[in-house]
Amino acid sequence: MSLLHLAIIAPLILAILVPFFYKSFRQIHTGWFVLPIPILLFAYFFSFISLTREKEVVMKTLDWIPSLGINFTAKVDGLGLLFALLITGIGALVVLYSIYYLSKEKEKLHNFYVYLLLFMGAMLGVVLSDNLIVMYAFWELTSFSSFLLIGYWYHREKSRYGAQKSMLITVFGGLSMLGGIILLYLMTGSFSITEIITQSNVILAHPLFIPALICVLLGAFTKSAQFPFHIWLPDAMEAPTPVSAYLHSATMVKAGIYLVARLTPVFAVDGLWLWLVAGFGIFTLFWGSFSAVKQTDLKSILAFSTVSQLGLIMSLLGVGAASLHYDGLDDNIYIVATTAAIFHLINHATFKGSLFMVVGIVDHETGTRDIRKLGGLINFMPITFTLAMIGAFSMAGLPPFNGFLSKEMFFTGMLRVLEMDFFSFDTFAILFPVLAWIASVFTFIYSMILVFKTFTGKYQPEKLDKKPHEAPLGMLISPIILVSLVIIIFFFPNSLLSENLIAPALVSILPSLVTEGTEFIVHIYQWHGFNPELFMTLGVIAVGILLYLTLPKWRRIYDLFPKKLTLNRFYDGAVERAQTGSYKFTKSYMNGSIRSYLVYIFTFFIVILATSLFYKNAFKVDTNKLAAIGIYEVLLALLIVIAAASILFAKTRLSQIILLGAVGYTVSLFYVLFRAPDLALTQLVIETVSVALFLVCFYHLPKLRREETRIRFKLTNAVVSVGVGVVVTLIALSAHSNKFFPSISQYYIENTYEKAAGKNMVNVILVDFRGFDTLFEIAVLAIAALGIFGMIKLRLARREEE
Amino acid sequence: MEILMSIVIGILFMIATYLMLSKSLLRIIVGTGLLSHGAHLLILTMGGLKRGAPPLLGENAADYTDPLPQALILTAIVISFGVTAFFLVLAYRAYKELGTDNIEQMRGTEGNE
Repeated sequence: MSLLHLAIIAPLILAILVPFFYKSFRQIHTGWFVLPIPILLFAYFFSFISLTREKEVVMKTLDWIPSLGINFTAKVDGLGLLFALLITGIGALVVLYSIYYLSKEKEKLHNFYVYLLLFMGAMLGVVLSDNLIVMYAFWELTSFSSFLLIGYWYHREKSRYGAQKSMLITVFGGLSMLGGIILLYLMTGSFSITEIITQSNVILAHPLFIPALICVLLGAFTKSAQFPFHIWLPDAMEAPTPVSAYLHSATMVKAGIYLVARLTPVFAVDGLWLWLVAGFGIFTLFWGSFSAVKQTDLKSILAFSTVSQLGLIMSLLGVGAASLHYDGLDDNIYIVATTAAIFHLINHATFKGSLFMVVGIVDHETGTRDIRKLGGLINFMPITFTLAMIGAFSMAGLPPFNGFLSKEMFFTGMLRVLEMDFFSFDTFAILFPVLAWIASVFTFIYSMILVFKTFTGKYQPEKLDKKPHEAPLGMLISPIILVSLVIIIFFFPNSLLSENLIAPALVSILPSLVTEGTEFIVHIYQWHGFNPELFMTLGVIAVGILLYLTLPKWRRIYDLFPKKLTLNRFYDGAVERAQTGSYKFTKSYMNGSIRSYLVYIFTFFIVILATSLFYKNAFKVDTNKLAAIGIYEVLLALLIVIAAASILFAKTRLSQIILLGAVGYTVSLFYVLFRAPDLALTQLVIETVSVALFLVCFYHLPKLRREETRIRFKLTNAVVSVGVGVVVTLIALSAHSNKFFPSISQYYIENTYEKAAGKNMVNVILVDFRGFDTLFEIAVLAIAALGIFGMIKLRLARREEE
Repeated sequence: MEILMSIVIGILFMIATYLMLSKSLLRIIVGTGLLSHGAHLLILTMGGLKRGAPPLLGENAADYTDPLPQALILTAIVISFGVTAFFLVLAYRAYKELGTDNIEQMRGTEGNE
């Protein structure tokens, strides 16, 4: 185990220790014990930057199940490192924030930090695993810990609903991703991402390529809340705000983005990938921003905003995949899209994390997150207002904040879609810049709503539970750090990010473009001159301001959309229908009647045996080996058939029992005729005892009710039983006609006396050659006797108690 | 002979199935009894019904009937007797406790609310 493995599972180890800290040091907030881990890990991962800059990849393998090719291979390259830094960096800030956010008296802090650390370790495992199965294991652990965190206040119904919904959707995606992983394994024979990438041409030609692609994308889309799987994210806002800031804006929802970026070298050569990723991304962007405007809860606005920004990143990754269709780096105009995706990923984590923390502060200090109740907080919370403004303006894409830079690059990427002339992009390509622009307008509007409805306007003290005041300093530290990053990245994007993080990440996403001697050169400019992107941004600002000011007038368009058709209704309906449907289905065939079950069993018996007889041409009758028919046997056969058939028509229990006895005695006569003296003897004795038992049981019973009627004829029963009889006869005939080997009985005949010193072959077989059968047959009888004794005795005991 | 026996066994199975599908507990047990008779005869028939001496070495015959199926049947008879006896007492108890031998009336209410 290397230090790298230890770093990945360090949060998981600490999670074990957290409850001890919590119990032993009650007066210190447990968060302080947790805080050093993400800071240390951040510092540790920071030291890798110099390596990945030189395109070096650190690989460490720890054997887990080598025979199946499943080993815990940790791999640090540009992409993994970028995510690892995001996870640990924002993780540290979130832990710091949560120390001030969660009260140590009222909350169950040990649970919170255990879940959070589980999540942190799982997320590090997802981004740093080279083995797909290990990655999947960590991937499900993120779903699982996210479920626990969303349901942290489990006494609230809405928390439980949100947790269940996110669990169902993300696990659905996770399982389909597992399917994709297995398909990839079938195609390449390896679970290692590195090896799979080297075999991408094999995969492309394979018939399983498209199923694998779709399965993997389902996993990515559900995790990253892409349309139509975005519905779990707004409901996940019932989690404590630090969780929303960490999981549902900066890290977990980007696991899907990570997966798409990581597997781009495998799948992106195909046009379907480009269409699906870019198409779903751009629509999610539009839908998320459009839906965010109508929300009245601050966290819901942020949730839909996250959905839309994830769509933005996803669409950029899709468009960036087009760069793989041109060789080399020179004049490759689509690399800008991938660059923008990574850049925006970082920017989004900074501003969205700070916005969530700001909303948490507002919630914490006023007692509500409803924008209809809030207003005029600028005088009470000036620092919070400044933080919110910077974050929101960056989200809207305004200078001088980092969102502006990535938004410009986003527009550049979308405009270049127009130049694509493959995969029939020439017809619908115009949709991309248009939708992107409209979505940006909506993004601008909700960003303004977020800031101005909360902090300006009329102060409504009567609607608030508490008197608002500025947050404590500790709570402000984390958003201040994030917001400073927002500004610093704007002014120094190249010296901070380009070479250190973005270029190495590009090497991981588009490895085939890098050849010896070429390098990705990422230059992010604040000022491009007067180009179409700038005019688009100006248009967004102008139209956005206009629409924001006239918001009350056009708000009603949201009511036009019928409530019945919303995806949440559809999801709830589907869950409901799945429950009632399966209940009804089970109730319809599990009706509690033994007869029905027997009918199912016998019908299955008939159908399966008759069809296999028919399909295998197994039925034949060989008359060569038959024994001759004797007159006594015919008489006995007639007798047994008549006796058995009369049971059907017998009216009283007594006659049924006697007829069964008649059948039994006839069977023993058969044994006599067929030269089986021991059988005949046993059969006679046992039949006598059985009949006596039957008589004891039913003849001496008090007549509870006069129910001694003839059996009622039922067509189903008749059909089923005739079927059973015919199938048994047919199988018996064909089995007898298909004997391939002589019996082994010659051995018994020869050795019964020589080796076992007996003359009765049947008895010697029973006690000598095959004595074990007899031993356990004795056990069966003993158990039956004890069981009968118990049944009678225990009843008496209970009677006496009563 | 085997063809005739196969048909007889088929009829025994048929009647046994029909009895087992009925409502009365007693008829079901009678059905299982018939079914085991059918199964025993089936084993015997499948072992071959060729004429020969009973499997006793004292007979000094040239040809014996196959002893192995007979040993199997003997085991099966005893086991089916044990099971039948147990079932009978169970049915007897059910009849006394529940006051009916109609299995449709014995349906549990659990899960069928």
